Amino acid sequence: MDLNTLWFILIAVLFIGYFFLEGFDYGVGILLPFLGKNDEERRIVINTIGPFWDGNEVWLLTAGGAMFAAFPQMYATIFSGFYLALFLMLVTLILRGVAFEFRSKDKRPGWRNTWDWMIFLGSAVPGLLWGVALSNLARGVAIDANMHYVGTFWDLLSPYSLLSGVASLIAFTLHGALFLSLKTEGEMAERAHRTASRLWLPAVVIILVFVVASYGSTDIFQRLGVNPGIAPLGALAALLSIGYFIRERRHGWAFVASGANLALSVLTIFSGLYPRLVISNLNPEWNLTIYNASSSEYTLQVMSLVALIFVPIVLAYQAWSYWVFRKRISRSDLEY
Amino acid sequence: MANLDLARLQFAITTIYHFFFVPLTLGLSILVALMQTQYYRTGDETYKRMTKFWGKLFLINFAMGVVTGIVQEFQFGMNWSEYSRFVGDIFGAPLAVEALMAFFIESTFLGVWLFGWDRLPKRAHLASIWLVAIASNLSALWILIANSFMQEPVGFVLRNGRAEMTDFLALVTNPHVLVQYPHVFFSGITTAAFFVLGISAWHLLRKSSNIEVFRRSANWATVYAVVGVVMVIMVGHTQAQHMVQAQPMKMAAAEALWDSEDPASMSLFTVGDEPGRRDVFSIRIPGLLSFLAYNRFEGEVKGINDLQAEYEETYGPGDYVPPIALNYWSFRLMVGAGFLMLFLALYGLYTAIQKKTENAPRFLRLLPFAIFLPYLANITGWLLTELGRQPWIVFGLQRVEDAVSPNVSAETVLLSLVGFTLLYGVLMIADIYLLAKFARDDSSVSAEPDEAQPAPAASF
Repeated sequence: MDLNTLWFILIAVLFIGYFFLEGFDYGVGILLPFLGKNDEERRIVINTIGPFWDGNEVWLLTAGGAMFAAFPQMYATIFSGFYLALFLMLVTLILRGVAFEFRSKDKRPGWRNTWDWMIFLGSAVPGLLWGVALSNLARGVAIDANMHYVGTFWDLLSPYSLLSGVASLIAFTLHGALFLSLKTEGEMAERAHRTASRLWLPAVVIILVFVVASYGSTDIFQRLGVNPGIAPLGALAALLSIGYFIRERRHGWAFVASGANLALSVLTIFSGLYPRLVISNLNPEWNLTIYNASSSEYTLQVMSLVALIFVPIVLAYQAWSYWVFRKRISRSDLEY
Repeated sequence: MANLDLARLQFAITTIYHFFFVPLTLGLSILVALMQTQYYRTGDETYKRMTKFWGKLFLINFAMGVVTGIVQEFQFGMNWSEYSRFVGDIFGAPLAVEALMAFFIESTFLGVWLFGWDRLPKRAHLASIWLVAIASNLSALWILIANSFMQEPVGFVLRNGRAEMTDFLALVTNPHVLVQYPHVFFSGITTAAFFVLGISAWHLLRKSSNIEVFRRSANWATVYAVVGVVMVIMVGHTQAQHMVQAQPMKMAAAEALWDSEDPASMSLFTVGDEPGRRDVFSIRIPGLLSFLAYNRFEGEVKGINDLQAEYEETYGPGDYVPPIALNYWSFRLMVGAGFLMLFLALYGLYTAIQKKTENAPRFLRLLPFAIFLPYLANITGWLLTELGRQPWIVFGLQRVEDAVSPNVSAETVLLSLVGFTLLYGVLMIADIYLLAKFARDDSSVSAEPDEAQPAPAASF
């Protein structure tokens, strides 16, 4: 395996980590205004992800940095090409991050209510946009011979990509509901359980419609053929098993299954892309690949060394922090 | 306006705004960690209250620094795609290393610290704030390593139409970052010192409850300020000497020195005619600029006209002169604010040694206003660093106009520029409102021990 492939895998791993971890805290943010009936309940909802959300978001920043370092052409093409979508994501992510810190630092209901809706927006908009972004990558966008995106913002919003956005949105929401059922007590945990069981069937339907649409819209699924392999079948099995685990009230397993569904879905898309990074729908010769978009061999070597040392360390202390705060949240644990 | 100008304006606004929060994070993280260390060693509740009081202000400020930092990382690709393609091989690496090595630690352990007061052993909890402090300052190092490549490219070769890295160690030990990093580090110390000093002075004047918290905070901050300002000035001097060697045009612009001089005089106050490249009115001290550059009262400092001719020979025809007035006044405001802070810090040390700080109401009334000084110096310092490098985005290698994204329309950039500016404006109001509210609020440091309250966290 060459270093270009290693970095492709590493970036896929960073996105999988990001979708798995930030996936549930987006879901929690989306559910916040609906599951928290009063201020104290809303604080409990927020505090379930209190110690984690910031560390989860760094997965995205690291994925961005890794793209810049390993595949600078991809970074430049996607970030300048998806300009307005990224602008929208940045604005909502900024509002969300500030909202966590600010909302409980003033008692006025208007203040708190405003920031709660910012948390909602900052979770729902990126949750939707990630689905839109991934489906555009899977289907291909208008890339010219100079690796420039020559389409418009509206070209990114096809019915297919919006369907993908709704699919990621509901998958994150379900993931968040399951997380809440694990991290809260009593009535709140019960409410999270009911929400998850209500969300599951619509999620299955939407995701399956998306998969069927993908066979028509992308070559990734066509390339998979009749025997698509472990990742997509595993994603499907995980998605279906969530319903069973919810009914059996085995929320830990349901959460694991939901995470596996997200991780394997991202893996399916990335393995379908390989060795391409950005597909040009104008001319296959203008695709960005892990070879024509990459950094020099030397940079990849240096960065591999750094990544091989630090990624395991990061995983270790983030896992430790989840272990430290493994307890369910009650009203005496509120910091935010 | 063309998309180039709009992209530049957006970069200026978002970067200045981001750097409004960063230095305080850098310096205050260490100060809070030191306070908690003292609490850990002595068990004295006053130190715990100090940690919590300043810790809360730290968190409000930290959040703003983090969220505005995301824009910084994305913006290179969004507005400066040709720059990203040209230097990605080198520039992306420190950004990725920063995320992996520092930012993960910072954000994970900040959560551990905030939520871990009652859940972790004291030693582990103390370690978590130290990890936040060290990682924050390590973050700054990697970002400045990236910036230093733009100021003084090293460890690369031009190949395949781009700059490719050939020596990672050279990149990391860039002579530019070796002077720039200490300057930023001690700016952080200075910013935190004047922040704590100003707010403590306000409480000392009002004889707030549990005055001991603020008495001790003021004393700590005074020492912190003296160390910070003295070091920032000394390092700044070294940095200026390096600038004369590496980026003489920046120095000439900062001094509005039109023609080379030996010995070079330093301008105290100049009204210049920028297009005509001449002084309208100027007060100068003979030999002082040579002293600044070489530590002796002689030696040639190159002027703008000579450098322009030199650069035309090296890089071909073009305008290589950065905006003079902006650089000149940025430099003077930065240095002026620095020396004012030096004076205040030394006077503060004098009153503290005499144990008369609380009986110096006029001095105490001045200090809350002095909080603005480090901010002024931080911002003008960055302006000088970035504007003095113009017209280059990477010195000697790529011009700003060649770096901008060609496929992003001016309307699009304008939309995001207006969007970010409005958003940042609103957030600044909310941020200052909260900082002012908690800076004034002394109830959180009231004398009852925390343990007696069933839900201490409810104050959050």
